[in-house]
Amino acid sequence: MRFDLEVIASWITPGAKVLDLGCGNGELLSFLRDQKGALCTGIDFSEKNIQQCIAKGLTVIQGDINEEVCDYADDTFDYVVLSQTLQQVYEPEVLIKNLLRIGRKVVVSFPNFSHWRCRCQLFFMGQAPTTSQLPYYWYNSPNIRVITLKDFRKFALRAGFTIVSEAAINTDSQEHQGRVVRFFPSILATYGIFLIGDM
Amino acid sequence: MNNQSIGLVERKFFTLVEPIALESGECLENVILAYETYGELNQAKSNAILICHALSGDAHVAGFHLGADKGGWWEIMVGPGKAIDTDRYFVICSNILGSCMGSTGPSSINPKTGKAYGLAFPVVTIADMVKAQKALIDHLGIRKLMSVIGGSIGGMQTLEWSISFPSMVFSAIPLATTQRHSALAIAFNEVARQAIMADPHWQHGDYYDGQKPDLGLAVARMIGHITYLSDTAMRNKFGRRLQDKNDFSFNFDADFQVESYLRHQGTKFVNRFDANSFLYITKAADYFDLTSKRTADQQSVFSRAEARYLVVSFTSDWLYPTRKSRAMVKAMKKHNVNVSFCEIEAEWGHDAFLLPNPRLADMLSGFLDRMAKEYQI
Repeated sequence: MRFDLEVIASWITPGAKVLDLGCGNGELLSFLRDQKGALCTGIDFSEKNIQQCIAKGLTVIQGDINEEVCDYADDTFDYVVLSQTLQQVYEPEVLIKNLLRIGRKVVVSFPNFSHWRCRCQLFFMGQAPTTSQLPYYWYNSPNIRVITLKDFRKFALRAGFTIVSEAAINTDSQEHQGRVVRFFPSILATYGIFLIGDM
Repeated sequence: MNNQSIGLVERKFFTLVEPIALESGECLENVILAYETYGELNQAKSNAILICHALSGDAHVAGFHLGADKGGWWEIMVGPGKAIDTDRYFVICSNILGSCMGSTGPSSINPKTGKAYGLAFPVVTIADMVKAQKALIDHLGIRKLMSVIGGSIGGMQTLEWSISFPSMVFSAIPLATTQRHSALAIAFNEVARQAIMADPHWQHGDYYDGQKPDLGLAVARMIGHITYLSDTAMRNKFGRRLQDKNDFSFNFDADFQVESYLRHQGTKFVNRFDANSFLYITKAADYFDLTSKRTADQQSVFSRAEARYLVVSFTSDWLYPTRKSRAMVKAMKKHNVNVSFCEIEAEWGHDAFLLPNPRLADMLSGFLDRMAKEYQI
């Protein structure tokens, strides 16, 4: 499993009701269902991903996450997971507030834009960074938001939600191996993962 | 998945002991349902799957009848080792009330007159069809169906089952369907019915002793076939290609392949289907609105549902487009119903659910496998 998903899974309590947004081929959901007895639902835009998930026996809905989350009643889920997707969301504040409405806790992860590789490319080469976490150029990138760990903490304060836990991680290019970064996470972490709740 | 067939199968009949109280207020006695079953019902009677057929379908879903060279209408999906696996599940399908494929309908003999019912047959609804099926399921001793599956009008029955008898449906798979018939769909049905009723041989439905309204029924079927295809499917399948000729005939013969195809479908249909049944079943579809009778709030009909749902739509289906499926998924989500939804990319229009499709097969097989585990069969 992807290392960031392992970290996320470790935060989920057994038997919890979980919604995974952008669930891909259901890697996290299968793990949570089989290992934690979680009641899982996924949402993904891709027909292929949805088919793979349903064939695996997962409960998933094909659709746009921004629209699909609106249909759920308040506090339907214990956790809502938005992994590696925030940087592609057009209205992050609207979405996160909606997620905190339908879930008691929300897990958000994103590539850390203040990683030293990004800093160096910008500083020494004067170009927009392309890394294995953000492997696109400015003209073809789906990542319309650049976020750093610090930015997200400031955003939490301004938007009025609490950060319950956070983990800064460093992963290899396949992202299956990794470690939690304790020193200088702002510079050394490739991803930030935050568990947030209402104020 | 393999291509094995269930092999030789036969049609059975079940006579309802009690009369059915119809939604119209009328009562129908001596109802007979034609049905087929495949596979073995387990001891706990927990591995039963009910398949609901569409407008012109019948109880013959899979396998072969004695002497027939063509298999059942969903042979590709139902059989040993197939998506709906008859080695694991006990599969049931019955011909719908009002049809002409062995179950009681307008072409059946009215016991009161000794003649075919014709228009004396009461108008039936999707809920009435489901009520009749429920009597069959009770008769088979099944208290809860592991799954109810159906496409199109079969999908309407599937939805109706899950709302009319929520405690009897563990899961439901409505394919290419809608929770309420649209104006567009009603319009096409009405034109088709008008074609039948305008045929001089129709005789207000009393034609069973003489010539049948074959021309009207053929036109009705042609209209249907247009709605089952899509713009893309027609362009790819026919384009403007001519049928067995190089130039226009400058008369009203079938010049284009699409004309020839529709004529062929129309002619083929009259040999196997009853015109009055066509009127009754299309009317039942038009009346279908899962939400209307029960509550003013369209969203809350699913608050009584107990089933886990798998909803599937197809991109090029313009008869029951994806937004119809999305509307029901939305309503299910609001009521915390366990639902999965997939829109399959397919160019063949509404008919797509009946065509070979490994993606659909994988999903059905995976979903049913999960249901078998959750229901602990």
